[in-house]
Amino acid sequence: MSIDLKTIKHISKLSRISVDDKKAEKLAGDLNSIFDFIEKLNELKTDNVEPLTSVAKTTLKLRSDEVKSKNLREQVIKNSPQENEDYFVVPKVIE
Amino acid sequence: MSDITKQSLSELVENIKSKKLSSSEVTKAFVERSEKSKELNAYITEDYENALNKAKTFDEKPNLDLKLPGIPMAVKDLFCTKNLRTTAGSKILNNFVPTYESTVTQNIWNEGAILVGKLNCDEFAMGSSNETSFFGNVQNPIDKNLVPGGSSGGSSSAVAAQLTPITIGTDTGGSIRQPASFTGTVGLKPTYGSCSRYGIVAFASSLDQAGPMAQNVKDCALLQEVISTYDEKDSTSIDFKRNEYSKELTKDIKGKKIGIPKEYRVDGMPKEIEDLWKKGIEYAKDCGAEIIDISLPHTNYALPTYYIVAPAEASSNLARYDGVKYGFRAEGENLIDMYEKTRSEGFGAEVQRRIMIGTYVLSSGYYDAYYLKAQKVRKLIKNDFDEAYKKVDAILTPSTPSSAFKIGEKTNDPVSMYLNDIFTVPVNLAGLPGISIPAGHDTKGYPLGLQIIGKAFDEQNILNIAYAMEEKINFKNNITDWWIK
Repeated sequence: MSIDLKTIKHISKLSRISVDDKKAEKLAGDLNSIFDFIEKLNELKTDNVEPLTSVAKTTLKLRSDEVKSKNLREQVIKNSPQENEDYFVVPKVIE
Repeated sequence: MSDITKQSLSELVENIKSKKLSSSEVTKAFVERSEKSKELNAYITEDYENALNKAKTFDEKPNLDLKLPGIPMAVKDLFCTKNLRTTAGSKILNNFVPTYESTVTQNIWNEGAILVGKLNCDEFAMGSSNETSFFGNVQNPIDKNLVPGGSSGGSSSAVAAQLTPITIGTDTGGSIRQPASFTGTVGLKPTYGSCSRYGIVAFASSLDQAGPMAQNVKDCALLQEVISTYDEKDSTSIDFKRNEYSKELTKDIKGKKIGIPKEYRVDGMPKEIEDLWKKGIEYAKDCGAEIIDISLPHTNYALPTYYIVAPAEASSNLARYDGVKYGFRAEGENLIDMYEKTRSEGFGAEVQRRIMIGTYVLSSGYYDAYYLKAQKVRKLIKNDFDEAYKKVDAILTPSTPSSAFKIGEKTNDPVSMYLNDIFTVPVNLAGLPGISIPAGHDTKGYPLGLQIIGKAFDEQNILNIAYAMEEKINFKNNITDWWIK
């Protein structure tokens, strides 16, 4: 299979990474060589194999529903690139 | 006392406990050596002044019952450290100062150790040579312009060059064991679920594990004992009985069954790696172990599986970097434009490549063909190990298919870079513990490592085998301090 420039543009949109034509060309080359390598998996028949999602044989533990940490507003906002009175600021989304 | 930085962690702990050395003397020695070693570029963020102050405070009222009393330590810059910048080697986290501490580092400070700085690594731990770091290449102290391995390249360089007595790295596909092998040091990737992932910048959550990187096996066991705890803040942390690894360490491995997997004899493997492996088998026999030939038939499928599973999880984990909540933001004409420019300018080439692979294999119409397929093959790989462990107690392999390579040698070919992890990746996919110990040199004089893989939660056993073999191998690292003027 081959990943063309149109597919690269599509993935870049899904990934929210802007890609110009020059970068798209380089990415197409890289991704095609990586996928050639990945295609090796098709040699294996896996119809009756259970997928392995996690090696940790644990089920999620339940805990009591109580607040353990509070008043974190200042900490949460501390690293934001732009804030205003305890709110994150983003470019205008509603005209 | 002269030559403080040449002492092992265990020696330093003993000397501080017996009051032959103070924490201030030890910390000052490592800080001074680190300052003289800027050319290695092992540090991203230095915290020397705070470290010296903390050492002074420790000495005023020393608690000598702790396991790491007043020991200075630099850590990989993937662990969140409260109030000290944590970058994950990325521009996008260049200005990120965590407001909380990772569980693993908290465990270390609770035992008396002192943070000295944050060590360089591949961006978001994606790399095998430390060349993807936004903060530049790291030099391997073994030779100039040689990569220190990756992604924990700053960590391996700092331990080998004795800028820190010991350190921690993280290992998703080999990122502790491969750099340990490239620098003549010891690196342990614990069982998945052994060390908490809380506060570690996430790469591939079903594979990531933190672990110690040390000058010798005993030091490695001591740090593993400190960092491995059950943590309810990590939903995949496992509550099992943890050993006091350093106290229970023994060289008596008589009768242990060690498996040799024939599939690890890969095409094009240099003869010196093959010879090293044979020597390793002889050492294991000398220690009283029984050698058994085994088969791990799906070994060749591990890397392709990894390069679906890891990027898929990474693309999901890295969705959080949006220029809103923390980190770098590029200006854009609207919200979407801001997201796209932030991520395009904030992530480096390798990280973008992996996000794109991951997004593609998870996208509509491709999920079954790639992601589900990879999860099924992952099961087959794990089954191979389960089958092998019915016959053996541990498995011995080379750590890497070559010794360290030159900076720039493999950067243009992602697949050749990925092949570095051919012997380490299967261990992460199966969630097992693995340790790399230095075992010899190639014809260029560069170190080579052997890997011992254990059963899940059987860290003690592989540490014991490593400890016994270490004595027989009697490896000496050849560090000339070439970077110190």
